[in-house]
Amino acid sequence: MNAEIRPMRTPAEQGLSGELKNLPSSGGARIVALREAAAKAFNDNGLPHRRVEEWKYTDLRTLMREALPISSPAQSAQVEAHARLLIDTGARRIVVANGAVVPELSDLADLEPGLTVQPLATALAAGGDLIARLGTLETGRYDAALALNTALAADGVAISVAPGAVIERPIHVAHVFSGKAAASFARNLVVLGEGASLTYAESFEGPEGVAYQVNSATEFVVADEASLDLVRVQEEGANALHLSTLLFEVGKAVKLNAFTFTSGAAVTRTSLYARLNGADSAVSFNGAILLKGRQHADSTLFVDHQTTGCESRELFKHVLDDSTRGVFQGKIVVRQPAQKTDGRMMSRALLLGDDAEMDNKPELEIFADDVACGHGATCGAIDDDLLFYLRARGIPLKEAQSLLVQAFVGEAIETVANDELRDALVERAEAWLKARA
Amino acid sequence: MAMLDIDNLHAKIEGEDGKEILKGLSLKVNPGEVHAIMGPNGSGKSTLSYILAGKDDYEVTEGSVTLNGEDLLEMEIDERAAKGVFLAFQYPIEVPGVATMTFLRSALNAQRKKRGEEEISTPDFLRLVKEKAAGLGISQDMLKRGVNVGFSGGEKKRAEILQMAILEPKIAILDETDSGLDIDALKIVSEGVNALRSPERGMIVITHYQRLLNHIVPDFVHVMHKGRIVRSGGKELALELEANGYAEYQQDAA
Repeated sequence: MNAEIRPMRTPAEQGLSGELKNLPSSGGARIVALREAAAKAFNDNGLPHRRVEEWKYTDLRTLMREALPISSPAQSAQVEAHARLLIDTGARRIVVANGAVVPELSDLADLEPGLTVQPLATALAAGGDLIARLGTLETGRYDAALALNTALAADGVAISVAPGAVIERPIHVAHVFSGKAAASFARNLVVLGEGASLTYAESFEGPEGVAYQVNSATEFVVADEASLDLVRVQEEGANALHLSTLLFEVGKAVKLNAFTFTSGAAVTRTSLYARLNGADSAVSFNGAILLKGRQHADSTLFVDHQTTGCESRELFKHVLDDSTRGVFQGKIVVRQPAQKTDGRMMSRALLLGDDAEMDNKPELEIFADDVACGHGATCGAIDDDLLFYLRARGIPLKEAQSLLVQAFVGEAIETVANDELRDALVERAEAWLKARA
Repeated sequence: MAMLDIDNLHAKIEGEDGKEILKGLSLKVNPGEVHAIMGPNGSGKSTLSYILAGKDDYEVTEGSVTLNGEDLLEMEIDERAAKGVFLAFQYPIEVPGVATMTFLRSALNAQRKKRGEEEISTPDFLRLVKEKAAGLGISQDMLKRGVNVGFSGGEKKRAEILQMAILEPKIAILDETDSGLDIDALKIVSEGVNALRSPERGMIVITHYQRLLNHIVPDFVHVMHKGRIVRSGGKELALELEANGYAEYQQDAA
């Protein structure tokens, strides 16, 4: 006889199970079934804790103290005042407030030929080919954040780029939270046809002093020879809990470059799942994470090489002040057919605070025999000799530290191809340093 | 009153049982003078330069250093620079990710700000750098790169002199500027230094070998040994040292 030992359900788990009794009903039978399956998975497995390997350093069961009611629509005037990130980059902006697209603040007119941009709610109501792609990307494991998102998200942005269409102007989805503490869910879908090209940015921001929760998931389906640049900025309010899931399905000869800047939220978890299905693709997943106070940010990546000749790169830079904690978990899997794989990851941390902590967990799982894979991790304070050199030329201590920190994160930010977005990221890093000095 | 007045300076490596390196060193430098300090390895020459610049690995246990009457040892590292102290490093450090231009401009403006002067305008700054860099054979490409990143030994030393030319210090300390230089590079660097000789500026040229002093002709030569200046003279002293070596002083001390 087997007696299953189950931990006591926390108030947050109980509250979330309550929310899961009323699932959104849009999208047709397949989507409804996905939601029900996700809700069941959550009810069976609950929130992850430190004995769940992928969540070892981010014990969500402890960190998520309570389930909040699902957010109601925000007032657009308030949203407009809050949406500051990436505003001057010239990108086509779509505003998603409390998980729902705000049409009056979004630029949905005059779309370039081959480009479709819709609120996900609209696409779900209409059904069709695009929605047939939603929820098709697998993680291969239970992921509580994604399960909750799949079950509860009713809106977000759905984008498709027709085969061969090159969209020059970046699309920026600005996620904004506004109002009283609540939980907001948004689901986005980005589908690139063969040979298509797109620069996609997503940003997250919200009020200081409100303990709100954001759960975002974005699925990217990137067909053969397509090119995708992804730029993310997460500057949630200091009391927020932010959960992001990024899913990538990558065809052959794809160029994919993803960058995440994180300086917001009390607790952040970003999970990234990339499956390289086609040969000869080149992907990179990079990040700059700047934390202060008692912030905690976890970047966990799974890159799955399924076939030959792909190159994957990860470069993560953490700047940890005060009593913050950074987590980098990178796993590269090379399946038996994935010969000639070239996979590398590097995590570097600069510890500015005496009580700052960095946890690195690189993993390589290799079943093919002709591959080049590697990983590296460094942690340390600012080099005293560098500081002395700068100060000996008259640069005051704080300014010298700022220059060196900027140079440190600059190496990761430089991987962003789009000039305006890269400049905006440099400016966000500068703003963080200015606030520190 | 001398511009730089080092009086009976004693210093040790920081820590419980830090070794004493300077043992009563005295030196006065007036504006317009170039002083060469020569001496065998381990005599404390580089330590002296670090202490003047403010590196905190050392502890001054006795004596004083004043710059134009102000207590230099009380000042922060960057404050000393703003007051006119410049150390040309024996081993200039690479600073990846900080462009040379950004570095030069940050340094110049920080010094100006501390002295209550206005920041330099962009066109004036670009003109200044262009003019000084050309004389030292420093290319625009080098200026765009990270500070000293990928520079050869000679390029690094030239870059130090460029920094000095732009920051216009009152007292320049050149720590083994000739080390690692071939004859051609030595000539370029020396010409750069000579161009900066002025009636308002004092210089301390630290070197192990006499050959640098053929190019940068000093007004005074001092022999340093075991943390003190054991002999001073004119430029002819350097030639004597070249001929006889340091053995005489090492014996004296033994």
